[in-house]
Amino acid sequence: MSATILAGATGTTELPQRSRRRPGSGLWAAVRGNRKATVGALLLLVFVVFAAVPQLFTPVDDPNAHQFELMLPPSSEHLLGTTAFGQDIWAQLVYGTRESLVIALVVGGLATVLSVLVGVSAAYLGGAADSLLSAVTDVFLVVPTFPLIIVIAAYAGQGGLPVIIAVLVATGWSYGARQLRAQALSLRNRDFLESARVRGERRSYIIVREVLPTMTSLILATFLGSAVYAVLTAAGLQFIGLGDESGLSWGTMLHWAQSNSALYTGQPLWVVAPGLCVALLGASFALLNYAFDEISNPALRPVRRPRAKRARS
Amino acid sequence: MRYLAHRLGFFVLTLWAAVTVNFLIPRLMPGDPATALLARFHGRVNPSAIAAMQVAFGVDTHEGLWSQYVDYLHNTVTGNFGTSLTYFPLSVGSQIAQALPWTIGLIGVATVLAFVVGTLGGTIAGWKRGGRVDSIVPPVFVVTSALPYFWVGMMLILVFSVWTNGALPNDGAYDLDLTPSLSLPFIGSVLQHALLPAATILITSIGGWILTMRNNMVTVLAEDYVRMGRAKGLSDRRIMYRYAARNALLPNLAGFAMSLGFVVAGAILVEYVFNYPGLGYMLLNSVNNLDYPLMQALFLMITVAVLVAVLICDFLTAWLDPRARSAR
Repeated sequence: MSATILAGATGTTELPQRSRRRPGSGLWAAVRGNRKATVGALLLLVFVVFAAVPQLFTPVDDPNAHQFELMLPPSSEHLLGTTAFGQDIWAQLVYGTRESLVIALVVGGLATVLSVLVGVSAAYLGGAADSLLSAVTDVFLVVPTFPLIIVIAAYAGQGGLPVIIAVLVATGWSYGARQLRAQALSLRNRDFLESARVRGERRSYIIVREVLPTMTSLILATFLGSAVYAVLTAAGLQFIGLGDESGLSWGTMLHWAQSNSALYTGQPLWVVAPGLCVALLGASFALLNYAFDEISNPALRPVRRPRAKRARS
Repeated sequence: MRYLAHRLGFFVLTLWAAVTVNFLIPRLMPGDPATALLARFHGRVNPSAIAAMQVAFGVDTHEGLWSQYVDYLHNTVTGNFGTSLTYFPLSVGSQIAQALPWTIGLIGVATVLAFVVGTLGGTIAGWKRGGRVDSIVPPVFVVTSALPYFWVGMMLILVFSVWTNGALPNDGAYDLDLTPSLSLPFIGSVLQHALLPAATILITSIGGWILTMRNNMVTVLAEDYVRMGRAKGLSDRRIMYRYAARNALLPNLAGFAMSLGFVVAGAILVEYVFNYPGLGYMLLNSVNNLDYPLMQALFLMITVAVLVAVLICDFLTAWLDPRARSAR
């Protein structure tokens, strides 16, 4: 088993070293060369544009205001019709992109930082520190976090965006930490790190300049995985009404659609549209993740696709 | 056996952590919701229930934190979760006993089924890599595994229930006109009601198992012992299931244990969408009704259920993998 892990780790060193010389260019070519990555990147691009300049896509200024006739069917004026409150569904959808995307990127980023800190230090420190950090990671991994979030939210009252982000980061880091620890462990005794140690480099230099670049692809995968987790879980929380009910997000739209029985009152678009957006944003991250798995192991792609998950020894 | 002892130790440690978190949450929250709650329910609830709630929430200030903790542990271990506030004279324990079979029957069966079918599908896709199955499987299931559970449930309701004028039921666990019994119509009604929620769980969770199993198979098939098996002239079936799949299954089992938390999150929302009277639906209801004793007991129950499932995975791993059984 350890042989395949090492083989996998060797494969993952290719991409970061190439992209260090020409930052981004290798990555861009790789994305264009892989159909799953292209689709994922295009989807993500569309959502980024929606989130950045929503006013270009709809004439409605305040999508939450109750300003139109109730429950209109789709028309040229209201592309997806209006809600039972007289809000334009298309406008809500476009403006709601921002919150979902912000949650995905911020939670993905922060959770990844936490995963790297815990995972890599556990592997690098070893001994008692490793045992402690691994035990904490495993506990976080196994305790069902969603019901825990619900219980906390019940005591704390409704949470705004910062509360949701904090909770998602606190519950979303452990999976990545475990994978990163496994890979860092397999790197620990490799020759290039040994030579850095012999050169007399500082620990911080070794970790930042030698270990982390080697793990770029797994760190990227951790980020994308956490982003998917964040998009789906945040939508679920908002759906059951634990988000900011007066806010503008896809999950909140679904919450109001469900509490107005939109499915049974002939307004399926109120449910279909925001859910589809959640699904598409999640899918764009998932497609990128899967594609990077293939891209980052070019030599291994046709034969084997090792995953750090396997290193559960 | 050291492996199992190790995993049992982890089980106890995690259980203790969950119980302790449950103890700390009401004490760390600002605004002391429990005191307000007790004031609201004073007089309506009998004194022993008040005493149990005081222990559970730490409102009883005569005692120190430590002895509160000991009392709380004692109550938890003996299964005394107090009285439900929503279903007043009934105890929390009886409420949970009512909901548990539904959750295990629906969520448990659907999850295990998704895992088994997904693993088999991944085995086949990985075995015939580049074949027709394999060219469709990965992109499709990458997308389905990113679908929100509850939304898939709502779409199924829309297509199979609303658009077909109620061909399939979308509400509750059985037809309320029927009295629960072991009769044929009742069982049929239960199965009919379980169809859409079970399909929701299958659609959204099967993709992950297929993909990881496929990738594990691809890795394992390149190993020398597979080539050795071929050289010995073993049948394809034997190599596929006894040599490759058995080894590829191990990381998938570990992945199953780790992703149960995610499955539970989805299951809670599925129960909510379908008004299915299981633990998750009850949890959301208890949150809406501020039924703190029920809520906390439900969180513990869900945690215990997940931990037991993880432990079962560990035992399965030990059974499948001689390396895990021998001393580590």
